[in-house]
Amino acid sequence: MIALERVSIHAGAFALNDVSFSIPTGAWCVFMGRTGSGKTTILEMVCGLRSPEAGRILLGAEDVTALKPAQRGIGYVPQDRALFQTMTVRDNLAFALRLRRWREEEISARVAELAELLQITSLLNRLPQKLSGGEAQRVALGRALAARPTVLCLDEPLSALDDATREEMRAVLRTVRSHSSVTTLHVTHHADDARDLADQMLVLRDGRIASVPIDNPSAS
Amino acid sequence: MLIVAMVLADLAFTSPSEIWGALSRREIQYAIKLSLFSCTAAALLSILVGIPLGYLLSRECFPGKGMIDAIIDIPIVLPPLVIGLSLLILFQVKLGGKSIEEWFQAAGMPVTFQVPSVILAQFAVAAAFAVRTMRVTFDQINPRAEQVALTLGCSRAQAFWRVTLPEARRGVFTAATLAWARSLGEFGPILVFSGATRMRTEVLSTTVFLELSVGSLRAAVAVSLLMIATAVVVLVIVRGFGLQPVFRKGTEP
Repeated sequence: MIALERVSIHAGAFALNDVSFSIPTGAWCVFMGRTGSGKTTILEMVCGLRSPEAGRILLGAEDVTALKPAQRGIGYVPQDRALFQTMTVRDNLAFALRLRRWREEEISARVAELAELLQITSLLNRLPQKLSGGEAQRVALGRALAARPTVLCLDEPLSALDDATREEMRAVLRTVRSHSSVTTLHVTHHADDARDLADQMLVLRDGRIASVPIDNPSAS
Repeated sequence: MLIVAMVLADLAFTSPSEIWGALSRREIQYAIKLSLFSCTAAALLSILVGIPLGYLLSRECFPGKGMIDAIIDIPIVLPPLVIGLSLLILFQVKLGGKSIEEWFQAAGMPVTFQVPSVILAQFAVAAAFAVRTMRVTFDQINPRAEQVALTLGCSRAQAFWRVTLPEARRGVFTAATLAWARSLGEFGPILVFSGATRMRTEVLSTTVFLELSVGSLRAAVAVSLLMIATAVVVLVIVRGFGLQPVFRKGTEP
């Protein structure tokens, strides 16, 4: 479960006051709103990269408001992917596992499993500079999923992709959804993502959260 | 044109045998060795200061940041002799009844007019260049990668060490090379703070001064040509690294 209880934060030109919502365990929540409305700020608060001025953030049953990002058990895919440029795709995928001191054979098995799931086996020895936008997005997703997080935060994972690549990537996300029970907060501008993937859809408008029906995203 | 003309004039003024003869002299060989040692030590110290300070100035906002930023530029704009004089005065400041120099002497490591003063005089200027280079380097590295590392389980120190510093490696090399080259060309602060004593605090820049002062123009030109050759090599290395698009934000091919 991801829950925000009366969270407030002021950042830049916008303010979020008393924001509350809850995403059930294992659900895929698509989160929409206009550019600059504060979607990424909320995502960063869930990840622990920003601290709310008031309110609580719960992951599962645990209040994580004061916990560091490393203690939250999350996977995060930022909008620009932010792959580790000096590491191969394999090392990007293995990064979180090495931090957790997994044995090398366990790391190899997990990397192979992720590479097969995301169809990036042929890219494992490449550096990020040699990847296309769609390939980089798959690697970023694999890196976030590697340590089997309980919560996955995706910040516009399909933006800056051409139509064909966006469709491929959406299929990858569907595959991830079917293979994993991770609770997901997926920020997007595309109503199609909600129809394809979401169990729940939230819209951020004028600093307030509203839940809208998935089959009628135009209600946002 | 002027620079090329000057170098050509230097080359025409001397011959390979004269250069070899000058560079074979015992005191000039000592100056070469001390220059190599002191420039390397000053460059390493500059990097040790430049990496954390450059990172701090690039990534953090804190009270007094503008002031620190300005202070770092002071050695770049101050007349070199003033830096040497200020170092000399600093080591005469009394602390607990003894000057700083006397404290160092009591610890068995005299500084003023000794080899450590050469390194310190070079470091005082070279560090500013290292900090500037490292700040620009960190400005060009996407901070989001470090944030992702935090979410994957890193502490801030681990994220810096495992993600940011490897991406900054070319910047570190460039900063070290610039600091080394700046140290090699340092003269004013060394003359005031270290003196120009043969076989003790003589580095290549002071050799040129000493040879000129005794009328040995050909030896001065020989050492100057050695310094010019070194400067060219350093600039080629720096440009070679600096022109590569290594600090890309994002991952678009």
